[in-house]
Amino acid sequence: MQFGIFTVGDIAPDPTTGYTQSEAERISNIVRVAERADEVGLDVFAIGEHHNPPFVPSSPTTLLAHIAALTKQITLSTSITLITTNDPVKIAEDYAMLQHVAKGRLDLMVGRGNTVPVYPWFGRDIRQGVALALENYNLLHRLWREDVVDWEGMFRTPLQGFTSTPRPLDDVPPFVWHGSIRTPEIAEQAAFYGNGYFANHILAPNFHFKPLVEFYRDRFEHYGHGTRDQAIVGLGGQSFIARRSQDALKTFRPYFENYPVFRGSSLDDYLARTPLTVGSPQEVIDKVLTFQEGFGDYQRQLFALDGLALPVELALEQVELLGTEVVPVLRKEMAARRAPGVPDAPTHATLVAAKYGDAEPRQPRPNPNRGDNLSGTSPYQDSAPEFQARFPSAA
Amino acid sequence: MTTESLPVPASSDAGSAVRLLVISAGVSEPSSSRLLADRAAQKTVDLLADAGVAASVGVIELGPLAVDIAQGIVSGFPNERVQAAIDRLAAADAVIASTPVYKAGISGLFKSFADLLDNDLLIATPVILAATAGTARHAMVADEQLRPLFAFLRALPVPTSLFAAPEDWGSSELGRRIERAATELALLLRNGIGRSIAESAWSGYQHQFSGNATRAERSAADVDFDTDLMRLAAGGGIRTMGG
Repeated sequence: MQFGIFTVGDIAPDPTTGYTQSEAERISNIVRVAERADEVGLDVFAIGEHHNPPFVPSSPTTLLAHIAALTKQITLSTSITLITTNDPVKIAEDYAMLQHVAKGRLDLMVGRGNTVPVYPWFGRDIRQGVALALENYNLLHRLWREDVVDWEGMFRTPLQGFTSTPRPLDDVPPFVWHGSIRTPEIAEQAAFYGNGYFANHILAPNFHFKPLVEFYRDRFEHYGHGTRDQAIVGLGGQSFIARRSQDALKTFRPYFENYPVFRGSSLDDYLARTPLTVGSPQEVIDKVLTFQEGFGDYQRQLFALDGLALPVELALEQVELLGTEVVPVLRKEMAARRAPGVPDAPTHATLVAAKYGDAEPRQPRPNPNRGDNLSGTSPYQDSAPEFQARFPSAA
Repeated sequence: MTTESLPVPASSDAGSAVRLLVISAGVSEPSSSRLLADRAAQKTVDLLADAGVAASVGVIELGPLAVDIAQGIVSGFPNERVQAAIDRLAAADAVIASTPVYKAGISGLFKSFADLLDNDLLIATPVILAATAGTARHAMVADEQLRPLFAFLRALPVPTSLFAAPEDWGSSELGRRIERAATELALLLRNGIGRSIAESAWSGYQHQFSGNATRAERSAADVDFDTDLMRLAAGGGIRTMGG
């Protein structure tokens, strides 16, 4: 079971002081939060791509590459990578490069994004969002698994003889989660490929996402990747922790009540109706155990806890409490309740072992530049001869 | 006009009474919107009883839910009290929707409640539309505002809408209009036409997975995999997709 944090890198005025972090401050604070998460032994740090203020993470691979260099063990991920408005070719290249520099400590979560203007800003149509997400991932999947891709679809210019570089680390693509809060087609795609399915599990009533998780589990089994209990499920959640419950409520309430998404909402309703937990470590532990009971054994639990205008000192304290007081207990308790045969979420190491066993992983070595900046019809020295590129000769 | 020869709908065969549900956005006590809806409901029950069809009437008063409805709008999901009202609405066989007119339009409270409903919650559900106002100048509000709203929801409003200004409460004309609307509703219910439309044409409407509608898809067993998007999700090509 993996535990970690996910953030969207939002900026808002601190309601208790009126202070608004600059983008520069927020970016360096995100890095500090990620470093602390690594230090306290959390498994995952995920950042959500956005392309408008007041969010800073427009370029998740740049930020995560920097964090990779500063951390030791934590797996870096996204929450989410926009599979609709990004070119899947660029996603393939950027995340493969990130996977290399992070030495395999990388997976990613693809999703549609629901900020309407982002689609037209990137030349896309939100009404085609589901089809875009599905087609783009189908292409991304091939780009990471085939040395040479010929491809034609509805949304992107066709590809002939294209090789996405660098090839994934050890020729093992990063594990992919599909994030969705309402769309069975996305859960279906996750199930079809045997990828992970993640429900953000915030801003909605308790167990609102259960039918989609169940749907994904059924379809994962249908496609022969394992039993429904072995499907790879991730959940979000939101918490604010203090040693004493009343302190947590007192500190958190102004941040909740003044945050744009929650303005006019009742914190008590949210606490009663949604996965949000504000309280002592034990209260957070108890709440998360209800997730396991309701959704079945799952593989990844991410917490949103650095947003809502919290000053970085408070956010760091949250990471500390999560890592030292909540997660160690949850690891023990959830493992004790876990049914036998339920797998952990894949990591680079387990994927390499699954692909190669004890053999050495493939290390693609390109054929030489033939004089026109291309390496000819077969991109790598060991590329399968049946997958040769066919592109016009520059000669 | 005689209605005795019409068949009794399947739901009565099963022994369950037809469920009428009044939604009233009236806020005074007593409220004329509620009174108008109650009269239409009672008349419908009587007409159904004459035809041997048992009917029950439930009421959702929106006034006591006003804060909950407003919070549902800003939080994006209904709280338990609003959810309970939505569940009752989803289970209703017919609806009598009644609102006061404020500032030449339907009550914002009524519209806010409607804004929280899934688009497919009331598909082909028979509805009586009713509005009350302080002056007859607002007589068209039910037809000009409630009717498009229920058209968007693809409900089945009866041809006669109800409207009552103060003077109507002293006129037998109002009683006759109520009887006409109730007759239309009772006939729709007895024919089971709404149910037939929903049953035969359900897949042709846009739906939300795991929504509140009684027929909403809730599991893999309910989902239609024979669609362009589902084929694309399973690695298929896109040649056949429209648009």
